[in-house]
Amino acid sequence: MLRWLHKVLALSVVIPLMALVVSGSVLSVMPALDRAGTISPPADGISVAELAARTAAILPGVEQIKRLPSGKVVAFYAGTDGPAANVVDPSSGEPVSTYAPSAFERWMTNFHRSFFLGDGGRMVAGAVALALLVLTLSGVQMTARRMGGWARFLDRSRGHAMERLHADLGQLATLGLIVSTLTALFLSLTTFGLIPDGPSQGPAFPTMAQGGRALPVARIDALRGIDLGQLRQLTFPNPADPTDFFRLTTANGEGYVDPMSGELLAWQDHAIGRQIYEFIYRMHTGRGLWWVGVLLGLSALGVPVLGVSGTALWWRRRRANEPIAANVPARTADTVILVGSEGGSTWEFARTLHAALSANGHMVHTVAMNGFARSYPAAKRMFLLTATHGDGTAPASAAAFLERLDEIGASPTSRFAVLGFGDRQFPQFCRFARDVDAALTRRGWTSLLPLETIDRQSPEEFARWGEALSTVMGEDLVLAHVPERPRTRALTLIDRIDYGTEVQAPTCVLRFALPARSLLARLAGRGWPHFSAGDLLAVVPPGETVPRYYSLASSARDAFVEICVRKHPGGRCSGLLHGLRPGDRIEAFVKANPSFRPAQGRKPVILIGAGTGIGPLAGFIRANDGRRPLYLYFGARDPESDFLYRREIQGWVDDRRLTSLSSVFSRVKDGGYVQDRLRTDSDCLRTLVGAGAQILVCGGREMAAGVKETLGELLVPTGLTPDLLKQEGRYLEDVY
Amino acid sequence: MRSKTLLAGLAMTTALTVPGLVMARPVTLTATLKNYGGNGAYLALYVTDASGAYKSTLWVAGPKSKYHSHLSGWQRASGGNVAGINGITGASVGAGRTLKVTVDLADALFDAGYKLHIDVAAEDMRDSPSDVVVPLTAAGAGRPVAGRSYIQTFTYGL
Repeated sequence: MLRWLHKVLALSVVIPLMALVVSGSVLSVMPALDRAGTISPPADGISVAELAARTAAILPGVEQIKRLPSGKVVAFYAGTDGPAANVVDPSSGEPVSTYAPSAFERWMTNFHRSFFLGDGGRMVAGAVALALLVLTLSGVQMTARRMGGWARFLDRSRGHAMERLHADLGQLATLGLIVSTLTALFLSLTTFGLIPDGPSQGPAFPTMAQGGRALPVARIDALRGIDLGQLRQLTFPNPADPTDFFRLTTANGEGYVDPMSGELLAWQDHAIGRQIYEFIYRMHTGRGLWWVGVLLGLSALGVPVLGVSGTALWWRRRRANEPIAANVPARTADTVILVGSEGGSTWEFARTLHAALSANGHMVHTVAMNGFARSYPAAKRMFLLTATHGDGTAPASAAAFLERLDEIGASPTSRFAVLGFGDRQFPQFCRFARDVDAALTRRGWTSLLPLETIDRQSPEEFARWGEALSTVMGEDLVLAHVPERPRTRALTLIDRIDYGTEVQAPTCVLRFALPARSLLARLAGRGWPHFSAGDLLAVVPPGETVPRYYSLASSARDAFVEICVRKHPGGRCSGLLHGLRPGDRIEAFVKANPSFRPAQGRKPVILIGAGTGIGPLAGFIRANDGRRPLYLYFGARDPESDFLYRREIQGWVDDRRLTSLSSVFSRVKDGGYVQDRLRTDSDCLRTLVGAGAQILVCGGREMAAGVKETLGELLVPTGLTPDLLKQEGRYLEDVY
Repeated sequence: MRSKTLLAGLAMTTALTVPGLVMARPVTLTATLKNYGGNGAYLALYVTDASGAYKSTLWVAGPKSKYHSHLSGWQRASGGNVAGINGITGASVGAGRTLKVTVDLADALFDAGYKLHIDVAAEDMRDSPSDVVVPLTAAGAGRPVAGRSYIQTFTYGL
């Protein structure tokens, strides 16, 4: 509901909104520029009388002196060629330049206020400001929900690049946009007279003075008592009219001053309504508060980017929700696929499953979990593919599923299998899928396969689930899911180093040349993207469609692509890679993995890896220009055989890119595993974690589990657990 | 033009009454503004006697009363008592534009030393009280007069 409101509102006001925020951003810089060009008054202040006298001496026909919000002092006078205005130096009264209010600023202000359409335009502008306020608040609400509560609103956002961009930018711009829109609405309502902004009547004009000679301006007591900083406007008496008075407006109020006696005659303090109005006016325009203007302008600039990223997200979701081709009606289907999707990616997997089953002659009906029907008469099996949203709740297309389940009484004769999609970085990995599985089992449904989970949309895990499904169904089912279809580029091998042959763990470090990135190719979207250590290289063996992923051990700045590959017996891709010689080529592309990275900043990082897991960790060390403290724990079998990066590590320690190395080997005397070494260093690790350190673990599943258990034990005195650290983003794993 | 309301308004604001009968004629006031490079200007056209005492308001261009304080000559002369101007208010006048209104003026106002003032003010620019001051005479009708700051030419035609 909230998303629908957010989407509809955004799409309907996009054009005037862009006009409004762009013009607003441009205007927001003006007060700062004004301020920069203003001469500051003398440090110990100057009275209004003093300044007025000096100005009057230099410009005899001076009619009015105004002090603008930026601090500029302008004198209006009757010049030789007609009315003129000069900016004066507050210390001396000397004219500095002609006062020429920027026509560009005026044009932009009128455009911003009303699109040049008068009162109707002002109403439109006011309505758009209201729409932006609602968009901001609804966006904030959606982000909080996605993060799992208001307490976590300001956490680092997660998800793929576009989602993170939209959420991060939204977090940054929220406060500025709320201030801008609320002040804009106030100003709009004031313009239409719906909110009072102070009485329109000034003080009553005093009765005529006694007559006599006017005092020189410098001797007028009422003006001597007021500092220039308080002045807004001083209007001189009309020289042709002996009964005229000075009219004085200051920050506090306004009144008249008798030129004969020098006294303040009628005085009226500014009403509270006017003070509030002026404060809000200053907050919105930044006039007099130039830094507020700049900040609000920057927030406003976020809106077009939010608009574009929001539209991209919407489009992606919409595309994913297109009706599945060849979807059989529910009544006649023998296989039903129910989809719980938030971002639309689960629908892609459902589509692949649908296509594979249909190819085998099944009648497949695919529908959102919310659209779960009362009965599927012909169905023999049901597959529930679902993601999890935020803190373990149902994704958008499955929000009503569990309630619907309650309504349906009898358990069907079909058998079910639940497949959960999630990201192990989230604390509640596949929580909703587990809930669904438990709910169905409780109701006595028969299961076809136990619950399986897929981490980070891994097509390999999906393919493996497909193989399990094939076995159970007794048919040949190949789930070759290719999420996006990026092009592969040919990578040429330039160097390889082999390790581990003696200890039956053949591993090689392969270094490929960076493919050339011409500007044209980059613009056309076909260039090799910018990558960092921690991202994944997806290698596609010839004649195959499913890529294999390897963690990258180098970054784009190193100007080569490096991976560590362990040869698996019977492994198609690893066998191919191990057979490469310098000059040979492979087809590959880069898959971003932004969640596995050392956090920004200078806090220490503990890198734990075993075997080929050292790859990305070595990449991080290489990239450690800032020399932040990095502690490496590395496990392998034999230092003489499979100690990857042995030579480079020494160099890194000398260079202080790596603070310390703790290596442990399993096949030598007094050896052990990485977790044993962690236990020995308990105190040191506890201190580091207490100092805010982050832990990155890369390696096989068993090793990661062992490390997690060991760390959990040794962190007990601190009261922290790996799961707690995971929630804060301080415990990251790249596990295969 | 709401001439009925105008007439009623004028009857209220015009202090001069001939016993039992008010003789008035329609007069067209045309004011052309210079290209002063600013937003729409507020104008107040009003009549004072020879000594400067307020007589009546003819027309106020600019609807928002909170800006009327910038028309300082008019405010001062009328003592701020401008309650009856509802029927004689119009839109503000843009730079380079012309304001043309027809008002009914009593015959007795002509050739009796009465003066017509125009105060002008624009947002963020100077206030110009009595930008134009012309004596109301039959001979002066149709003769263009230049203003001090904002007004290019002003004529009143019978």
